[in-house]
Amino acid sequence: MTEGNTQPAVRIDHLSKHFGSGSSRVDALRDISMEVFPGQVVGLMGPSGSGKTTLLNCIACIMAPSSGRLTLDGEVVYDDRWLPTDLRRLRLDKIGFIFQYPNLLPFLDATDNVVVVLGLAGYSAAAGRSRAIDLLSYLEVANRKDAMPAQLSGGEAQRVAIARALANRPRIILADEPTAPLDSQRARIVMNLLRKIAIDQTAAIICVTHDEMILDRFDHIFRLRDGQLEISTNRGDTRKLASPGM
Amino acid sequence: MNLAYRDIKHNLLRFVLTCFGLSLLLGVVITITGVYRGLIDDALRQVRAANADLWVVQAGTNGPFAEASRIPRDTRELVARVYGVERAGAVTYQSVQTELNGKPLRFFLIGFELGRPGGPSKLIAGREIMRSHYEMVVDRSAGLSLGQEVPLGTHGHKFTVVGLTRDNVTNSGDPVAYMTLLDAQALQFELAPPAERREVARGGALQTTNQINAVITKVSGYVPLKEVAAALTRWKHLTTLTEEQQENLLTKEVIEKSRRQQLMILVLLVIVSAVIIGLIIYTLTMDKVRSIATLKFVGAPDRTIVGLIVQQALSMGIVSFVIGLLLILGFQGHFPRRLVILPEDVAVVFAITLVVCVAASTLGIRLALKIDPAEALAAAG
Repeated sequence: MTEGNTQPAVRIDHLSKHFGSGSSRVDALRDISMEVFPGQVVGLMGPSGSGKTTLLNCIACIMAPSSGRLTLDGEVVYDDRWLPTDLRRLRLDKIGFIFQYPNLLPFLDATDNVVVVLGLAGYSAAAGRSRAIDLLSYLEVANRKDAMPAQLSGGEAQRVAIARALANRPRIILADEPTAPLDSQRARIVMNLLRKIAIDQTAAIICVTHDEMILDRFDHIFRLRDGQLEISTNRGDTRKLASPGM
Repeated sequence: MNLAYRDIKHNLLRFVLTCFGLSLLLGVVITITGVYRGLIDDALRQVRAANADLWVVQAGTNGPFAEASRIPRDTRELVARVYGVERAGAVTYQSVQTELNGKPLRFFLIGFELGRPGGPSKLIAGREIMRSHYEMVVDRSAGLSLGQEVPLGTHGHKFTVVGLTRDNVTNSGDPVAYMTLLDAQALQFELAPPAERREVARGGALQTTNQINAVITKVSGYVPLKEVAAALTRWKHLTTLTEEQQENLLTKEVIEKSRRQQLMILVLLVIVSAVIIGLIIYTLTMDKVRSIATLKFVGAPDRTIVGLIVQQALSMGIVSFVIGLLLILGFQGHFPRRLVILPEDVAVVFAITLVVCVAASTLGIRLALKIDPAEALAAAG
């Protein structure tokens, strides 16, 4: 998928976010503008406190920016204020979220952790179950479909969490350090999976990470520092970014 | 998918233990309801057991239950002759305490004339009193068996239990015993030998024993009760009370303070239950903060979250109520006083439990609705 033949799945124009006011004001994000297209996997990097999570929260519509404009899948949701829209419904319909830790509901088995999202989206029980098992198969974790979260390994749980994020065929997938709790081998497997999903489902994937070992898995990398977009790098240039000591 | 059910199933042991604890509390609420009803019912049974249309008692008194009443025994003959009176029976009432097998035994003793109103209405075992002396019919709650002999009075005469009744107790919970009027009068008025000798020595006449406490009257259905009552009260030393007046005296005056006290305890228990249920639900919700944040994050509407909490609260209330009720029904017979558990009271307590559960869950709902979906992003604890 190229940038020329479609509209961006995520478009951010001059977005800022500050906390507090006066002398205690902290500018978490300053004048951020970026675009992510369907089929792209982009990385959001930067040191702690650079504003990565704040930006992700703004894109996920769980934190209101202070100013700017946010467009998700062609729908302007923020333009110096939240526009009249059901943000929870918007998240359900357009956004899949992969947490740093799987955050599976401990009282549901692997299948039902996926079915619950489909149920909220209006799927019937049978249709939801069928799609959930398809997704678990796609993510090669169908053999654990009846296991409770406590019985899953870290990698298996993360795959189930990814299945849940994909359940409602979202156009935008946000991932908050999805490889952090995994070893390097499993981290690469997960990143390969995300690339596959981006291509198969024409989804835009924004992935916050500190992991320099997976930089080559991104089409584009945005680096943040002190709330500002420092560098925007295309694929191919990513190897240069993975310099020693970073 | 029912999230409440799935969460309960996942934490079944915790749910069962919580319900068991709550069931004990709700069991106490049901018990107090039963004690409250039992108190009223015992008082009413005491009056209704006599099956009287009119009670003829000493003028100026509210006897024989609310206060003492003493009238000559021949009053019964006077009453029986009044137009409209079908049957009349002289009765005495007194509390007695004796000792049996080293344990105290209390009765409320009713003396009645054989074949006349005032005797036991229905026996569950044995026979009616047939001899003039030394036989008694007693409520089974006294723990006596047929043929057992009970020493009574200052002379220690032994009375044989010949019949048993059921649920025939006073408003203070003492079992009711019946014996012939003559025996009851003797027990009421007889003096111990030393006291009797002293009475004779001081030259005083021995107290007459030919007194009774009331006359129980059955009135013909063809004659108005008021007319008979008016005829009877023409004797200045007598007054009459209807069954309704006796019931009012007992339930509204004699047991009023006990009744109100138990009602107060009941209200306090309901409040305590509400607070405890509220805290349990709040704690259960606190345990699910991350799950609720995740649900909100993935797009669950508030009604899903509220449904999860309310359904769990109601499940807890219903299960606890059923366990509590079964426990109390199982142990009902072991309470020293009668528990009267009426279906309508059970229904009211059940409805209150449901209302309390829903009201108490507002604490948890408030907490759940305030949970920020961003909490799902926080590092796993």
